[in-house]
Amino acid sequence: MSQVILMAHGSGGQMSHTLIREVFLRYFDGEALAELGDAGLVEDGSFRAGRLAITTDSYVVKPLFFPGGDVGKLAVCGTVNDLAVAGARPLYLTAGFILEEGLPMETLERVVRSMAETARQAGVQIAAGDTKVVERGAADGLFINTAGVGALLTPEPLSPRRLRAGDILLINGPVGDHGLAIMLQREGLTFQSGLTSDCAPLNGLIAALLAELPGEVRCMRDPTRGGLATTLNEWAGVGVGIEIDEEAVPVRPAARAACEILGLDPLYIANEGKVLIAVAPASAERALAILRSHPLGREAVIIGRVTEEHPGRVVLRTAYGARRVLDMLAGDPLPRIC
Amino acid sequence: MRYVDEFRDPQLAGRLIEHIQAVARRPVRLMEFCGSHTHAIFRFGLRQAMGPNVIMRAGPGCPVCVTSSADLDRALALAGMPNVIITTFGDMMRVPGRRGTLQEARARGSDVRVVYSPMDALRLALENPRSHVIFLGVGFETTAPAVAATMYQAHARGVPNFSVFSVHKLTPPATRAVLDAGEVALDGILGPGHVSAIIGSNAWRFLPEEYGIPCAVAGFEPLDILQGIAALVESVVEGRPGVFNAYGRGVQPEGNPTALAMLERVFQVADAEWRGFGIIPASGLKIRPAFADYDAERRFPVQVERAGEPPGCRCGEVLRGVLEPYDCPLFRRVCTPQHPVGPCMVSAEGACSAYYLYGGEPA
Repeated sequence: MSQVILMAHGSGGQMSHTLIREVFLRYFDGEALAELGDAGLVEDGSFRAGRLAITTDSYVVKPLFFPGGDVGKLAVCGTVNDLAVAGARPLYLTAGFILEEGLPMETLERVVRSMAETARQAGVQIAAGDTKVVERGAADGLFINTAGVGALLTPEPLSPRRLRAGDILLINGPVGDHGLAIMLQREGLTFQSGLTSDCAPLNGLIAALLAELPGEVRCMRDPTRGGLATTLNEWAGVGVGIEIDEEAVPVRPAARAACEILGLDPLYIANEGKVLIAVAPASAERALAILRSHPLGREAVIIGRVTEEHPGRVVLRTAYGARRVLDMLAGDPLPRIC
Repeated sequence: MRYVDEFRDPQLAGRLIEHIQAVARRPVRLMEFCGSHTHAIFRFGLRQAMGPNVIMRAGPGCPVCVTSSADLDRALALAGMPNVIITTFGDMMRVPGRRGTLQEARARGSDVRVVYSPMDALRLALENPRSHVIFLGVGFETTAPAVAATMYQAHARGVPNFSVFSVHKLTPPATRAVLDAGEVALDGILGPGHVSAIIGSNAWRFLPEEYGIPCAVAGFEPLDILQGIAALVESVVEGRPGVFNAYGRGVQPEGNPTALAMLERVFQVADAEWRGFGIIPASGLKIRPAFADYDAERRFPVQVERAGEPPGCRCGEVLRGVLEPYDCPLFRRVCTPQHPVGPCMVSAEGACSAYYLYGGEPA
């Protein structure tokens, strides 16, 4: 491992995984964490509310405001979605702010207002908070950490270990919008794409699905950093094979065009309003119908399946009938030269 | 998406593949010059589809890969200077030199930024008058004109804090170097599409005229590539070498005169060191004396020791088409995209990264 922290350690790909394994898991232990899900599941004999899901995430996005959202909306959606994909109903969030000296008050208010609106929309309460101010230069404007608690909705915890050959994989809409919208806004990129972040709280969509198909959903994940390809590889990591139909994965024309120009693959780009769902084969059509009847799932499609073949690997079937391995993201996605 | 989907039509591709298979009654050995071709060929599974008689070899057409270790060490030395902002295309960030990578230099405190165009680097210079902005000019004839135009503008506006470290390279001399070395038998060359948009398809006439082999200039979508390969296979089988333009929507026989004039104005042809080849005569672009103020090499002369290749790395042979990445003992065992030993595994155009990402046996 590198002697210093590199940007790629935060990319969500292989290097992030190595960091988690070799530093954090070496010192932190406990069953809830070892599962490495989006939220840890805990229970305590003295507590009668059933199983709880706990999660936390920090938001250091640049720029703070981007088409389709801002750091505040992201801080609520990200944590709500991590609870929701673990099969939990998000209940309470905490919010910790690290503010850089000199941050305009108006900027902070805009962010906080957006957090409040998103929390209302998601039906969660912000129940505790903390504020720290650091000297100018010690942070970049504003960082937010949110933690969340939710009540488990499913009869048993969702986990990639429940994946079985034949299971069907669905996604609720086109991939890549969030990461590209941010990348195109960031310093240096000056072309217009009209792309907006897909940032949205997914707990309503997921609750609708779990209400009708409680035992049929095997597992879910929101493919954020590292994109769909990385999430699929994490799932295959439990020892199943995954086959994806490349043509079936929805990508908006503007996102495809931006990826073509920058030399990026939309399958590796971050999403903030997407959920990858694995369901038992017999329930696939029903699951698709439920997703499509929700505003955040209108563009839902089936993209692939779990197979007995090639355990541990994700294989993409191309439009030419060729099959190729879809690997995890190696570092940061970097635009190319020619 | 327009201009992309129509060149990916699987049915038309199927017909071209059948045609290629029918014509290639004996093995035909071709080199795709461009790393982008290698990637597209693997990504779309064209090798599998065309069958065993069309043998494709990856060539040296990856600007990051052919940047010499010494030039990379120079870039790292520039990044270590105070009050300097290094700007580069993304690919260069992870290539290991002897003193680490630019990405690591950034983590240690150097100001290294990824830009998407040299004009963005110039803008950064205007916004940061107290720093000196150096743009790493890595690339072939494709990227060099935009760099030249940026320097021209910097010169016209008298921007004092901007310069370019030019390690630009020219593709026809490298193609000659591959053929002159005689290490790999080739029946034809799939020529670079975007390079040829600048230099023109006529720039490849030396291949049939002097080496007796055909060249087909092709774009980067599956139908472009298949059309180019079909022309090459036909030409080889019929024994009639020529230059074929399978990229008519982008390439003119005489190229882009405006871009060529801009290149001529700012740069002069010079010998250049290529990774894997050593010095290739008249294969690089250095900055003309008239633009000396914008030449990072003149303004900040840095001394670096002669650098060897990383131990065991076979990138040089891969770049010359002598070895396939599979033949390198480090490939996939020691050298992976997470821990690249050589540049061919790092770059988005690198042959090793294409073989690694797309060439794995699915089962």
